[in-house]
Amino acid sequence: MDFNFTAEQEMLRDSVARYFGDHYAFPQRQAVIRSAGGWRPGFWRGLADDVGILGAPFDEAMGGLGGGAVESMIVMEEIGKALVIEPYLDTVVIGGGLLRRCGTRRASELIGGIIAGEVRLAFAHLEPSSRFDLANVSTSAVQDGGTWRISGLKDAVRSAPFATHLLVNARVSGKSGDRAGLSTFLVAAGASGLSSREYPTVDGSRAADLKFEGAPAELLGPAAQGLDALEAAVDEGVVALCAEAVGVMRRLLADTVEYTKQRRQFDAPIAANQALQHRMVDMYMALEQSISMTYMATLKLDRPALERKRAVSLAKVQVGKAAKFVGQSAIQLHGGMGMTNELAISHYFKRATMIESELGSVDHHAARIEQCDAAA
Amino acid sequence: MQLEFTPEERAFRAEVRTFIADHYPADVRAKQDRGLELGKEDILSWHRIVAKKGWSVPAWPVEYGGTGWSATQRHIWAEELQRADTVPIIAFSTNLVGPVIYTFGTPEQKARFLPRIVAGDDWWCQGYSEPGAGSDLASLQTRAAREGDHYIVNGQKTWTTLAQHADWGFFLVRTDPSARKQAGISFLLIDMKSPGVTVRPIITLDGAHEVNEVWLENVKVPVANRVHEENKGWTCAKMLLAHERSGIALVAHSKVALGRLRKLAAATGQPGCRLADDPIFRRKLTEIDVELTALEYTELRFLAAESAGKAPGVEVSMLKIRGTEIHQRINELTLEALGSHASLRVSRATAHASGPDAVAAPGAVGIADTYFNMRKLSIFGGSNEIQRNILAKAVLGL
Repeated sequence: MDFNFTAEQEMLRDSVARYFGDHYAFPQRQAVIRSAGGWRPGFWRGLADDVGILGAPFDEAMGGLGGGAVESMIVMEEIGKALVIEPYLDTVVIGGGLLRRCGTRRASELIGGIIAGEVRLAFAHLEPSSRFDLANVSTSAVQDGGTWRISGLKDAVRSAPFATHLLVNARVSGKSGDRAGLSTFLVAAGASGLSSREYPTVDGSRAADLKFEGAPAELLGPAAQGLDALEAAVDEGVVALCAEAVGVMRRLLADTVEYTKQRRQFDAPIAANQALQHRMVDMYMALEQSISMTYMATLKLDRPALERKRAVSLAKVQVGKAAKFVGQSAIQLHGGMGMTNELAISHYFKRATMIESELGSVDHHAARIEQCDAAA
Repeated sequence: MQLEFTPEERAFRAEVRTFIADHYPADVRAKQDRGLELGKEDILSWHRIVAKKGWSVPAWPVEYGGTGWSATQRHIWAEELQRADTVPIIAFSTNLVGPVIYTFGTPEQKARFLPRIVAGDDWWCQGYSEPGAGSDLASLQTRAAREGDHYIVNGQKTWTTLAQHADWGFFLVRTDPSARKQAGISFLLIDMKSPGVTVRPIITLDGAHEVNEVWLENVKVPVANRVHEENKGWTCAKMLLAHERSGIALVAHSKVALGRLRKLAAATGQPGCRLADDPIFRRKLTEIDVELTALEYTELRFLAAESAGKAPGVEVSMLKIRGTEIHQRINELTLEALGSHASLRVSRATAHASGPDAVAAPGAVGIADTYFNMRKLSIFGGSNEIQRNILAKAVLGL
């Protein structure tokens, strides 16, 4: 049993933190999210060329750094601390996770593109009535001569406006809710038969509703392979989100402690009040337990499916609840200042709030724990 | 990073598990299974078996009887004891007074007291709290006045756990009434058979006699029984805060209790519509399982840090807070699972009777009293509010 990072992992964290410190100060971020494109291609290029983290979890044979889930966790925590909106989760963690499992030459080629900073992915899985179950897919894929064509609606697709390609979860047979008959497809951004309505998200990123009307697509992996590979890749995404939440919560707590020490009322810092101290201790404990669960789930990603799913859902329940508690408490303890758009704290709160339900709410993951227990 | 214990650690776990299974006294187990009250000899008999094996004071320096185990091994040992639901090794002796004596005691004190603590020959109680000194321990008033080679001690201690069994007690007493609060306190070892010592039971809300008042009236205590210098007692008390805390999170205890609760829920209610199938109750179990798992890995993280050479810090306050809150929640849910059957208060001895004395739900006997009794967890050992004060100051710098 060992929860220490290797020297290489510490170096990775330091270099990522330094790079974000230099290029992602809060005012810079705010300027970028208000800009027309809503992101910075140059920053993404820097992730490839200057810090090299786009290859962090990929094998060296593929041109990656030979890391794994722990490396993703480290990067995602720093992403949370800096409120980075660029699509690392979508591209490297979930997209990369799906591609790694395909094992085809085309998939390796795309991974090479990710590492070089040329391929950016968005994960198109939500549909208007799908909620969180990955089997709830109506979007269909049919073969037309040699070409697969996708039809259907995918909405609230995060990072779609930044993506060069979309990873689309579509059905080749069966009906929505069936575990069988699902495949993962790659659709180029701007493909014919694809229309997109883009909008900003409340937490500073961009998303799009996508309408596929016979859009040409490449099949990744076997046809109708079902859900197993998808679930495994999305579980890696869930744990990465937990790590991002840990980074977000670290800032929420640190800023709150700092603010309550400085803010004076009744001739004393408000931090002198025991009610506030105990609230902050509860925030600290919620954060520490989230860190523990994120480590646990990260280290169990390679376990058999049932054990992996249960571990991942345990973590997401803990982190989802903690994100709500720590976020709400941070705003409460900042008083009126917490309500302003000016302070960074409100932006961390908004990201924490979106993470609560991203890739499955607390209730969804609690139910998944119970399903695992019933199946065990 | 990796989750698995090493092969050596796994072998160690198997060894201690086998030892407990093979040597735990059958008569004590039988009493526990029937929910009967355990006496002094029941508890000491297990201590003596463990002492014979050489494991009664694992965290002590080897020269005084310690095992030289790593922090992880001590954790495994504490966890296995909880898992097997053994009676406790008396913590007041092994975790509290023992370390004070080997750290600050004279060679004579070490020779006289330590071997008897290791062997389980003496039962020690802790004379700290007073009616007016609980969380604010340093405001204690019990007075020890020097008269030649003796102190004359007068005062009242309270909440003294299992003092009715105690052969010896370690007491914080005021030796300099004019000094600043913490500065005038000394640490005395008092023979509980001394004239002037009176132990009076305090019956707690569950009907149990676990705690006591200890009255000290002109008790003559040899100066040779003072540990460390006069007026340095607070140093001894503080040293204990940083001492052995293995098992404080009660993780294995809570796992056992949650496992029992799951079984109870699966057997309660109408066939085909058991409590365990009720989505609302099931969700409560899932939520406490999440919290318990989070605590388990938090404890392991702290343990890993300790194994890597970092001294155990005030983070243990968090283990105490969350561990007790979670354990209390499981007791609460167990009570909830029993519904009206929880109201039974019959003597534990008759609970397992057959014939006309039999009760309909023997499994329910004692559950409510356990729930009542366990409210103590968040109060003793530094209340959870005090633990939050400690974390606020030491971790958050507030």
